[in-house]
Amino acid sequence: MPAGYRRQLYRDDAVVLRVQKLGESDRIVTLLTRRHGRLRAVARGVRRTSSRFGARLEPFGHIDLQLAGSPEGLGSSLHSVSQVEAVTLYGKSFLTDYPRYTAASAICETAERLTPVEREPALRLFQLTLGALKALSAGEHAGSLVLDAYLLRAMAFAGWAPAITECAVCGTAGQHAAFSVPAGGSVCPDCRPPGSAHPSPDTLGLMSALTSGDWAVADASAPSVRRECSGLVAAHLQWHMERALRSLPLVDRRELNL
Amino acid sequence: MYEGAIQDLIDELGRLPGVGPKSAQRIAFHVLSADPADVNRLATALRKVKDLVRFCTTCFNVAESEQCRVCRDPRRTNEVLCVVEEPKDVVAIERTGEFRGRYHVLGGAINPLEGIGPDNLKIRELLFRVGTGEVKELILATDPNTEGEATATYLALLIKPMGLTVTRLASGLPVGGDLEYADEITLGRAFEGRRAV
Repeated sequence: MPAGYRRQLYRDDAVVLRVQKLGESDRIVTLLTRRHGRLRAVARGVRRTSSRFGARLEPFGHIDLQLAGSPEGLGSSLHSVSQVEAVTLYGKSFLTDYPRYTAASAICETAERLTPVEREPALRLFQLTLGALKALSAGEHAGSLVLDAYLLRAMAFAGWAPAITECAVCGTAGQHAAFSVPAGGSVCPDCRPPGSAHPSPDTLGLMSALTSGDWAVADASAPSVRRECSGLVAAHLQWHMERALRSLPLVDRRELNL
Repeated sequence: MYEGAIQDLIDELGRLPGVGPKSAQRIAFHVLSADPADVNRLATALRKVKDLVRFCTTCFNVAESEQCRVCRDPRRTNEVLCVVEEPKDVVAIERTGEFRGRYHVLGGAINPLEGIGPDNLKIRELLFRVGTGEVKELILATDPNTEGEATATYLALLIKPMGLTVTRLASGLPVGGDLEYADEITLGRAFEGRRAV
């Protein structure tokens, strides 16, 4: 422990991304906080039925919490949760809706993977994740559209958004017929690598609408277009992450497209 | 760093869940100073658990023969089936002495974040058991957390169209607790599940 390090209490609001069992009755909670980025903290005794805040630390919840540790990252990497208040527990609305639960899981796993370094503030991603869970919980749009919109915007945050309105290789403006995941998006006939996909123009239109937040266009899209869009978004995301997301193949898209 | 057998024992003990290097060292030296008969009994118990214990072919609870004690008991009813996540949940429910039906152990809960989907659990086998027509009520006794609730929702979606009564364990206030300390979710559930007295 560095000289002068003192364990202090600090407060932040966070989205609960993941919980893992620890020992007899504790949990490790992975949080995406507003001011301190991604953190892992120990919540002691929360698996006991007598726990006073265990229910607030379930995944997908937006919580206001007090942590003990050093916000600067000195000392132990695991902070401990000392108090929790619920802001909005989005998880509650996913419990009776299995497809939305799987989509919320994919959102949280993406957020965790896009913040590889702990305690590095990621305010934009925090707001994006919170917004996605809120939209998924509200149920105003199809769950698959909310998930794909989140993944597209999260990729933009990470710096590898797919090129949709220009050629990913030469930058020629316009919507091109071919789409290549390794090249980085839609590609013009001159730059098209072998094995490129040829999605329907509506699919590229839907990707563009989801990126810009044009929900009128997105909501009017056909189920076949949504399926093709989801396939391209998932392929693009996992190519650039260099590792597959565990939750993405388990997303129940049949119901989500309705 | 010790040499030979004692270090091997410390290393092996240190691989157990919840046992750190210091605890492993303490247990190893306790074994070293213990009565040889006690150590032999421990060694025999460890060997027996791997040689004899297997999963029941009907409910996937732990068993020492083809079927577990609950599945072999002719006094229990086949009409009520209680679905739990782990074998230790069977023990917890049995301790209540309230349930006289059969069990089905899923082997976990659906957790997409850990890559556990419906195909990784004993759901196909559950559908097969339910499909025989003998079961009239299915009790979903998965953990009252997000993964457990999502698993219960998924099972209810699959099984309700088969015409069975599907129930979920009630959740609410713990016996012996103070109302003022209950969190809003537990208290909310207790209100939802209130009953006439």
